[in-house]
Order: sequence, then C-alpha cells, then structure tokens
Amino acid sequence: MSDATDISSSVIAPKRRSELADFFTRLWTEKPLGAISGIIILLLILMAIFADVVSPYPYDEANISEMMKGPSAQYLLGTDQLGRDFLSRLIHGARVSLLVGLATTALSVVISTLIGGTSGFLGGKLDLGVQRFVDAWLSFPGLILLLTVISIVGRGVPQMILVLGISGGIGGSRVLRSAVIDIKENVYFEAAKAIGSSKWKAFMRHVVPNIMPVMIIGFSISVGGVILSIASLSFLGFGLPLGTPEWGALLSREGRKFMETAPRLALWPGLALTVTVYCLNMFGDAVRDLLDPRLRSSGRRA
Amino acid sequence: MIPTLWIVSILVFLSVRLIPGDAVDVIVFRMATYGEPIEGFDREAITRFLGLDVPGYVQYGRWIGVLPTPHWVTGESHFRGLLQGTFGETLGGGADTIEARILARLPLTFQLGVLSIVIGLVIALPVGIYSAIRQDTAVDYAGRAIAIIGLATPNFWLALMVVIYPTIWWGWSPPAEWVPFTEDPLGNLGVLIIPSLVLGTAAAAGTMRLTRTMMLGVLRQDYIRTAWSKGLKERVVVLRHATKNALIPVVTLMGGQLPLLVAGSVIMENIFNLPGLGRLFLVALTERDYTTVSATNLVFASAVMLANLFIDLIYPYLDPRVRYE
Repeated sequence: MSDATDISSSVIAPKRRSELADFFTRLWTEKPLGAISGIIILLLILMAIFADVVSPYPYDEANISEMMKGPSAQYLLGTDQLGRDFLSRLIHGARVSLLVGLATTALSVVISTLIGGTSGFLGGKLDLGVQRFVDAWLSFPGLILLLTVISIVGRGVPQMILVLGISGGIGGSRVLRSAVIDIKENVYFEAAKAIGSSKWKAFMRHVVPNIMPVMIIGFSISVGGVILSIASLSFLGFGLPLGTPEWGALLSREGRKFMETAPRLALWPGLALTVTVYCLNMFGDAVRDLLDPRLRSSGRRA
Repeated sequence: MIPTLWIVSILVFLSVRLIPGDAVDVIVFRMATYGEPIEGFDREAITRFLGLDVPGYVQYGRWIGVLPTPHWVTGESHFRGLLQGTFGETLGGGADTIEARILARLPLTFQLGVLSIVIGLVIALPVGIYSAIRQDTAVDYAGRAIAIIGLATPNFWLALMVVIYPTIWWGWSPPAEWVPFTEDPLGNLGVLIIPSLVLGTAAAAGTMRLTRTMMLGVLRQDYIRTAWSKGLKERVVVLRHATKNALIPVVTLMGGQLPLLVAGSVIMENIFNLPGLGRLFLVALTERDYTTVSATNLVFASAVMLANLFIDLIYPYLDPRVRYE
C-alpha cells in the first residue's frame, strides 16, 4: 500500500513545489539584493529574540568604574555614562524596535483591511462617511497626532503598538479600499452574487483571498516607516518608558547629552536604524515587485 | 474641504479634551508648588475657568464659537471660539494669547518648510530626470542607491550628525541664535539653511524616485518617439516634451509629503533650538497646556489641507486634461 502511494506520487504526479518555495527561489534569482536584505532582517529578528543570549552583558548592568570608556576588546562599542555596555544596549534595542515595529505593522494591516474592506465592499453612504473621516485623518501630520495621543495615554509598549497601529491602519485603508472596489468589478464576483451567495460569504470567499497580496505588500513596505516613527517618538521623549533601550531613545538621551565627548553614542543607534530600515525597504520593494503583476519588469526599453 | 475641516476640528477637540481631570490637576499642582494661592480660585473655580464644568458637546460648541462662553467670574457670555478667531485661554501661563504666540512663530516654520521644499526639488528633479534618461548606467544606479539610503536614514539622526561631527573635526557648529528675516536676512538664512538641507534631502529621496519612474513611463510614449524622429535635440525632447508630463504626479506626491514635512519641522526645531510652531507645540505638550496643543494641531492640519487645496486648484494649469466644472 505504502509502496503504491510512493510510486504514484513520484512517477505519475511530478513533484509540485509549494508556492512559498517557488516564491523564495524567484526572490533569490530575480532580486538578490532583496533576498540578502531579507536574510539580514531574519538575522536581526533572531538577534532580537535571543538578545539576552547574544549580548555580552545585561543591558542595564551599571558599572560606575567603567563609565564612558571608549571601544575596547572588553567593550566592543564602549560604555555609556553609567558604565553600561553599549553593544548590549544596542542589541536589546533591536528587540524593542523590530518586535514593536512588526507587531504595530501587523495590527495596522488588520485595521486597514477591516476599514478599507468594509468601506469599499459595502459602499454607499457608509463609504462616503468613512472616506471623509480618512481624508481628515490623512491631512493630520501623523507625528503631531501620535505625540498628542501618546502624551495623553502615557508611554508604554502596548500604548505605542495600539496608537501607531490604529493610526497607520486608518491611513493605509485607502489602498485596501481601492483593491476591494477593483475586485467587485470582476465577473466572478457578479457570478457569486448571481448564484445567491450572501454578502459575508462573497466577502470571505472572493474578496479576502484576492486582497492578500495587497495586504502582504502593505505590510512589507510599511515596517520600515513604522520603525522610524517609533524612533522619532522616542527621540522626542514620547516613546517607550524611560530606561527602555530603544534606538531612537538611545540617540536622544545618551547620544545628545554626550555628543561632544562621545559622539559614538549617537552614531551607532542611528546606523543600526538606517541599516535595518534600508534592508526592510529593499526586502519590501522586492516582495512588491514579485507579487504585484503590474510592476513585473517587462519591456525595459520600447 | 469644509466637511473635512469640520471632522478635523472634532478630531483635534477629542484627542485633546478627553482628559477632563488632568488639566485641572496640573494647574492645582502648579499653583501649590510655585504660586501664591489665589482667593477663591479652588478646584471648582479652575474647572469653571477651563470650561470643563459642562458636557463635552457644549465645550466643543464653545470652542468652535457657535455657543457663548461665559466669563468664569462675572458670568457674562460672549462668543469666543474658532469662528471668532480665538483659540481659548492658554494653560501654560504668560501674558501672550495663543493667537499671538502662534503668529509670532508661524514665519519661522513656514520659512523652514518652503526652504526644505525648494532644496528638495533642486536636488530631486535633476537627479531623477537624469537617472531616467540614462537608465541602467552607473549614474542611474548611484542615484537610486543614494535615494534608497536617504529614505532609510532617520532625519533626526542626520541632523545630530551634522551638529556633532563638524564641531569635532573643524570646530564649526551651526549658528544657534535665531534672527528674524526682516532684521538680518543673511543671518536668518544662515540659521535656517542646515535644518532645511536636512529636511530637504529627506524629502528629495522620495521625489527623486517618483520623478524617475514617471519620466521612464513618459519617455516610452509615442509622442516622444515623434519628437525624436523630428530630429529635435535631446535637451528639447527631455525638458519640453517629457518633463512637463512626468512632473504632474510629482506635484501630487509633494502634497502627500507635507505632513512629513510638518513632523520634520517639529524635530528640526527641537534639535536646532529654533523658536517655531513645532517647538511651541512640543513645549505645550510637555507642559500639558492642552488649549495651545489643540490650537497648534489645528494650524498644522489646516496648513496641510490648504496646501493640498492649492495643489488641486493649480492642477488644471499643469494638466489641461483636468477641468473642474
């Protein structure tokens, strides 16, 4: 019996690779830079998760006799004003920036799907009302709104994720809405209506699977921006609770205070941010190029 | 525009006023710590002074100016709201009204914004156009690589680096003392040029990428081939036939970049110690001066909306295919 199935799977049906594996092969061959960026991000995420194992010292271990030391074999990036190992703080910063950034982006994609999906799918007066609200939201300078709300709800990781996620979600709902409206024009959607599918069923069966690429693209290209937002908020002192080793906060506190005597304290967090956001953007662009058929590199020069 | 402005005013009001007890606590605390106690100015009086003794929708009506605001001692009612051009009482102390403070700081932020946009365009347009007409050459790759790095670099970090490293290497630091344009135009520009450069380069990255994409699209159009086959010079084809059409979406993008510019100006004013609107906002936020916060928020949002309206209005001149009925 087992022999028979083995034969049928290997001989009759040629082994089909999964779509995911296919996607990664294409990523590697067509967008090598994006693939390398993806690997770097993966390493950064691993570093963020295992920050306690990777970093040479605990991030908050103060050692007054070792304060403000320059880079050495013992402290690769030197120490800060309390004698804490700066490399360890930077590694723990990756945890905060990346994990909060990913969580926030995930939440904002879910929210923009909910808002954009219902608004575009149901249409009519609801759509009109919701879109006026989104208009108003978009004309608000994001950082101003975030600063105001954070100053009211207080600093903290859950607050940050909620506030940034909701605000990004409302802003990003436009794209989802137009994707949903596009899908509604399709014949298969008309057909589903004609055979009497309920609205809910039509939405789950025909709309949701078709906006998945838009959601994934939205996620991958906005993570970088979200991380920069978190860093900007922290930089202005409205980010995470004091003492959290977040890159923007490291830049703003240690970095600005001692910028004449120890500019390295401002240099490294910014470099870490730049490299991370650069890789996220490159990876996001590559994913978008591969998933979005309209952007597939065709006809270079007519 | 008007409905949007109305929703914005509600958003501003809600985001700031949902915390009734807080502002009273701050004033009580401040009076107890720094000031002499004032006869009869107790918790209840403060609540009345701030207008927090009535339900939220009445507060909103008073703030907008469609409901009269009674004086907190005499009880005389006057319409004193946004429609009458007043932003309410500042909670931060000081003699100036909120309107006066905003007017005093507006020129700096406006100047910073305009300079950044100009610098951004001066960098982005030539690079973007050149990158497109020399697609897949070394220049194109270099331009694109720099633009992507530019998009990833946090502008506050760039600003800090500009402040720190010249000081260490050459002992040069950006001028710190703000002078109004009317008193010393050159000194004024000298102070603003560094923050504007930082903001401008940040905006340039996105503009450059879009310019390049749009140019590439336009350069493949039939009318460009016609222009070439007429034997026109490259300069004429590129500048007169292609650029004009490619730049229309770029104008729209600039409208979308304005909120980022406002955010950037808050950060730059903070780093370079400039007494602008962004600084007023940030100080008011740390002092929990919520009336000033809502006033600056409304100014920021209206500025972005007005700029976008302006872009919509000049659109028919840029693109004759667009006509408003």
